[in-house]
Amino acid sequence: MISSYIHPAFILIIGGLILPLLQGKWRSILALLLPLIALVAIWSVPDGNHYSISFLSYELEPFRVDKLSRLFIIVFSITAFAGVLYCYKQASNKELSTALIYAGSAIGVTLAADMVTLFVFWEIMALASTLVVWSARTDASWYAGMRYVLIHLLGGVILMSGIAAYSHETGGIVFTAMNLESLSSWLILTGFLINAGAPPLSAWIADAYPESSFSGMVFLSAFTTKAAVYVLLRGYPGTELLIYIGLFMIFYGIVYALLENDMRRILAYSIVNQVGFMVCGIGIGTELALNGAAAHAFTHIIYKALLLMSAGAVLYTTGKRKCSDLGGLFQTMPVTCTCGIIGALSISSFPLTSGFVSKSMMTQATADGHMLVIWLLLQAASAGVFLHAGIKFPWFVFFQEDSGLRPPEAPLNMRLAMIFFSFLCILIGITPGLLYQLLPYSVNFVPYTVGHVLLQLQLLLFSGLAFFVMLPWMQRTLTISLDIDWLYRKALPKVSEMIISILSVAGAYFGTRGQKITGILSDCVMRLYGPHGALSREIQTGFVVLLVVLMLGLYLLLYLITI
Amino acid sequence: MIMKQHWLYLPATRRKLWIAGISILVLAVIAEFFIHLHAYFSIVEFVGFYAVYGFMSCVILIVIARLLGLLLKRKEDYYDK
Repeated sequence: MISSYIHPAFILIIGGLILPLLQGKWRSILALLLPLIALVAIWSVPDGNHYSISFLSYELEPFRVDKLSRLFIIVFSITAFAGVLYCYKQASNKELSTALIYAGSAIGVTLAADMVTLFVFWEIMALASTLVVWSARTDASWYAGMRYVLIHLLGGVILMSGIAAYSHETGGIVFTAMNLESLSSWLILTGFLINAGAPPLSAWIADAYPESSFSGMVFLSAFTTKAAVYVLLRGYPGTELLIYIGLFMIFYGIVYALLENDMRRILAYSIVNQVGFMVCGIGIGTELALNGAAAHAFTHIIYKALLLMSAGAVLYTTGKRKCSDLGGLFQTMPVTCTCGIIGALSISSFPLTSGFVSKSMMTQATADGHMLVIWLLLQAASAGVFLHAGIKFPWFVFFQEDSGLRPPEAPLNMRLAMIFFSFLCILIGITPGLLYQLLPYSVNFVPYTVGHVLLQLQLLLFSGLAFFVMLPWMQRTLTISLDIDWLYRKALPKVSEMIISILSVAGAYFGTRGQKITGILSDCVMRLYGPHGALSREIQTGFVVLLVVLMLGLYLLLYLITI
Repeated sequence: MIMKQHWLYLPATRRKLWIAGISILVLAVIAEFFIHLHAYFSIVEFVGFYAVYGFMSCVILIVIARLLGLLLKRKEDYYDK
């Protein structure tokens, strides 16, 4: 059964494939229109399963619409639109096309009601995002993209084996909430968590994303990790383990961002930090916490894209990424700077911004559940977010000591995209009802009480004080920080080098004796398979027929004997 | 070429910004006396808890990052060699 509604993922994927065939104005118009068509498509579809396709012995249901999937698709399409607006004049054909396919595959994951469809879109997402990383066309992006795709293919293999085990255990492939009582659900969870940037494999985010083009990272930040948040929300709500994984991600992100000098890596670590909040909320699992995690995914996609647009504009106009090279840019890039600050305030959950109305749902959920320790950790983390992203990013890029750089303001289309997302950050912050009505559960939560606003301001303002008091300790150094990726970037190559050198020494030692043995072996092989060997002799057809007849006769005889 | 310094970088402005900032911090704490608040946990039910907690959290995070940095930081071209 296939209804007449159009699947939004196909709009973006097919549109993305057509895009390179067009040129100039038409290419721009189509690229801008595709996400909007997807948005209208998802808006006009009622809740329910709209496609149902029999495949082997399974039912594929690639088009499940409910409040949760609709929420994610709305924000995915809006971000795809803003991302295209941000770069349609500057980005290459290939980047625009792959970015749209990438967005479409994330939407496909979100709409999949069965694991097979989910897996297919999951893998398209991995490949399309790798192409987005490569679109920077630098050596660094090539190698980073290679490492990125290997991690994601590993995640895909684990997910696939989980799905195979799941269909074996349950006899079906329906994607619903699971508990951690079987091997399959552990494998599937692992596959999901790898895409979320959970430990131990968090390093790929800060490794690959910052190497993409100035605009590529805007797309990258929005889809892969948030599609993972979506599948965790759907598959593992209330799984306690996720609370601790989330907390780890939160503090990992803060500490590494504090150590970092590259502005785009700071923001990449901050993605892990923010996804940590969502994963933690999913682990808490109450309706308020799940609403909070979903709402935070929504607001985060917007303000993180905004922050990356601002950083991307700086990279585009100055060609520099390191905090130690930047500073004083507010003088010539006022719009980029203001939009960056609005994004920074939103990620820090300042009152009147979108982050405030989403994150406070999750902290409230821990208070309601009397989880004092987790509540305290989340409050400390909120302070830490302001520290590493809220102040550190705008301060070192746009203010601090004047670097003497006087780049021009970002081009018009980039400014428009930034202004659009700044507007959304504030709009959601002022009228949270707009977002709350889209959430999966009904909301009985009032973010704006005098007390809450005041206490949040206290927390953040004094974090700000700590930043400036400790500023000498925050000075940037020309360094990178080791992470788990050291294992596959440094240790493994070293080990393999060692093995090769041992083998070559051994080869030299056993050389003469080895040659004798291999000589005998190759003689044997030659005698059997060589031009005059027994096994490569040509056989005449008649002889073969005779052999077959003999064999069939023998078979008949055996058959008659056994009756 | 000597570039004209933006007014934001002048020492006088910097001093004014610090004064303004600190007054806002003081106001944020004083305001708590005039507003009836409902604390979620009894141990945090004292005036200025969030201010102290926010400040201390950040200091501790910076110190932890600094210590880990001794262990984890490498030169930028570490992986290129």
